[in-house]
Amino acid sequence: MDALKITSLKSSVEGKRILEGVDLTLKEGELHIIMGPNGSGKSTLANTLMGHPGYVVEEGQALLFGEDLLSMKVDERARKGLFLAFQYPLEVEGVSFSHFLLNAYKAKNGNEQKMDPKMVISFRNELKKNLKELGLSEEFLKRSLNVGASGGEKKRLEIVQALTLKPKLLLLDEIDSGLDIDSAKLVAESIRKMRKENISALVITHYPRILDYLEPERVHIMAQGRIICSRGVELAKELERKGYDWILKEYSVN
Amino acid sequence: MAEKFDFIDSAKYDFKDPEKYAFRTPKGLNKEVVEEISRQKQEPKWMLDIRLKALDIFLKKPTPTWGGDLSALDYDSYTYYIKPSEKKGGTWEEIPDNIKKTFDRLGVPEAERKFLAGLGAQYESEMVYHSIREDLAKKGVIFLDTETGLREYPELFREYFTKLVPIEDNKFASLNTACWSGGSFIYVPEGVNIDIPLQAYFRINSEKMGQFERTIIVADEGAKLHYIEGCTAPQYSTLSLHTGVIEIFVKKNASVRYTTIQNWARNIYNLVTQRSMVEEGGLMEWVDGNIGSKLTMKYPSIYLIGDNSRGKILSITFATEGQHQDAGGKVIHKGKNSASTIVSKSISRFSGRCSYRGLVKVIKNATGVKSSVKCDALMLDEQSRSDTYPVMQIDEEDATVSHEATVGKISDEVIHYLTSRGIKESDAQAMVVMGFIDEFAKELPMEYAIELNRLIQLEMEGSVG
Repeated sequence: MDALKITSLKSSVEGKRILEGVDLTLKEGELHIIMGPNGSGKSTLANTLMGHPGYVVEEGQALLFGEDLLSMKVDERARKGLFLAFQYPLEVEGVSFSHFLLNAYKAKNGNEQKMDPKMVISFRNELKKNLKELGLSEEFLKRSLNVGASGGEKKRLEIVQALTLKPKLLLLDEIDSGLDIDSAKLVAESIRKMRKENISALVITHYPRILDYLEPERVHIMAQGRIICSRGVELAKELERKGYDWILKEYSVN
Repeated sequence: MAEKFDFIDSAKYDFKDPEKYAFRTPKGLNKEVVEEISRQKQEPKWMLDIRLKALDIFLKKPTPTWGGDLSALDYDSYTYYIKPSEKKGGTWEEIPDNIKKTFDRLGVPEAERKFLAGLGAQYESEMVYHSIREDLAKKGVIFLDTETGLREYPELFREYFTKLVPIEDNKFASLNTACWSGGSFIYVPEGVNIDIPLQAYFRINSEKMGQFERTIIVADEGAKLHYIEGCTAPQYSTLSLHTGVIEIFVKKNASVRYTTIQNWARNIYNLVTQRSMVEEGGLMEWVDGNIGSKLTMKYPSIYLIGDNSRGKILSITFATEGQHQDAGGKVIHKGKNSASTIVSKSISRFSGRCSYRGLVKVIKNATGVKSSVKCDALMLDEQSRSDTYPVMQIDEEDATVSHEATVGKISDEVIHYLTSRGIKESDAQAMVVMGFIDEFAKELPMEYAIELNRLIQLEMEGSVG
């Protein structure tokens, strides 16, 4: 089963075409890396898949476990198992982290109206455990969503959300940027744990460092709105040493 | 199953009782009507004299034009006094069946059992029910309907009645003084702390009715009280009028919180004068939520006359189609080192209009005053309207006064973030709106906060296509 199958996906932002035809297949349980120079369309791909209103699909298709992802509303995508850990998670004043996540949890588990006390208790225990795992204090439960959190804390809170909501396909948009080494390890550890539970993941990153922990099946290189090549993990190592120029040349990208 | 306590969901309170009344005055307001109200109440002559004087002033004063549109107010079309029943009671068994059923349906007796220290219930012009927990009565707490207060404690009553809101204060205060009926009379003796709220519930049942409750609250030195008022009515196509006057006296080191959750039907003019005076070291808090009514004009006021006295006004307004909420607050600093905060949050949508009208005044020689005002408006569509009319009169140089105002919309980015976790768009919007008024909601007793949350969720479901 393919967790994600993207075919000739083209999308634009504010009338400007960014994705020029992306093809990518991710099998269930696999973890793939997307790398590429700035402006190559990596974040656009993530945001298009999640259905951000500013990103307009022009052509192409994306199937999430065989279902047409692009025709779904944003919340439906999430309930079908897609989760995007944002590059810049937003702050929402007055909405506490735990209240927000409980609502998401209830929506996910098809129980929006009822407050089943058992479910609420298991949710809270799970959430506390996950905060601890990411080295975050329980103070965050009460705090407004992402308000007053540092850049690194916000990234870790995204992972706490993922651990708690248990999606099937994880999109990580530069989850490792802004993290110190210890936090990056905690995040990688959580991703490994989720992989044991058969999660599939697409990881956008600039830093191959995190790859040592993640054991990806594939590495894709994006440039000018396309995936120009896909190889094994050794490609990432090579890029770390030599930069992008040689591979862009090899695939005749200016 | 017992009815759930609820006066926010409009579907729940929009029901009418058959009109079986013990007595009602003919339509319109004149000397005979006022005399009849006074006769019905068998009150002393001095009160009738005040009523007639107030009537005179009311008839002479023009209808104000500086605020909301009052041009459709037709003073001759209302019934100014309706006595629902000859019976009043301190137990629900004494209340006529049809009225008891109304309050049952609104969940009021259940709330009383669960989380109130005392309850008054007004139906049309009269408080039909008043009761207070026995232990508080033993400590000398007085919690009566205003007529009974006048009858049983005439001297105490006279000491405070019209002392903060003089009869000529404004046209609607004069109107209320002329035909006041019902309301609460509360006295909390020195040092007595009432840690759970007392509540009054106001219900208008009939069409083209005027309700004019009068409330006096006195918190003696070091006393503490939280009073909640809630109001509902069924929806009619004709316009009704609610004009209350509330006078609150906060003595040295006492504290009073007055919480309003106003959810009148959208055919009601709600024109209320609320004023308080705070002595040394005392604290007055108005927590004022205006969700219902056609037009509300209400600016809870605090006179900080004592040194180190404090005042807080927390106001939320919600205006949808056909509604204008003209609210805000006033604080007058006379005491040295007195401090105040005003926080106003407004939400308007579907061409609803919210106005903030506020005053901060610092009188000369009131040194060390601190005051901050924050007005935030959230507009959910392009057709809605929000205005602020803040006035600052600072006559003492040694004062720290700040004012902030923001106007915003719900950001698409935020909605995207919330929905990307599986939350429905309407729920995401409701969460943001609740977040916006969180400062208010967390000051409410939990039962009310939950209801408020539910109402906003219902409202938002209608606004997302």
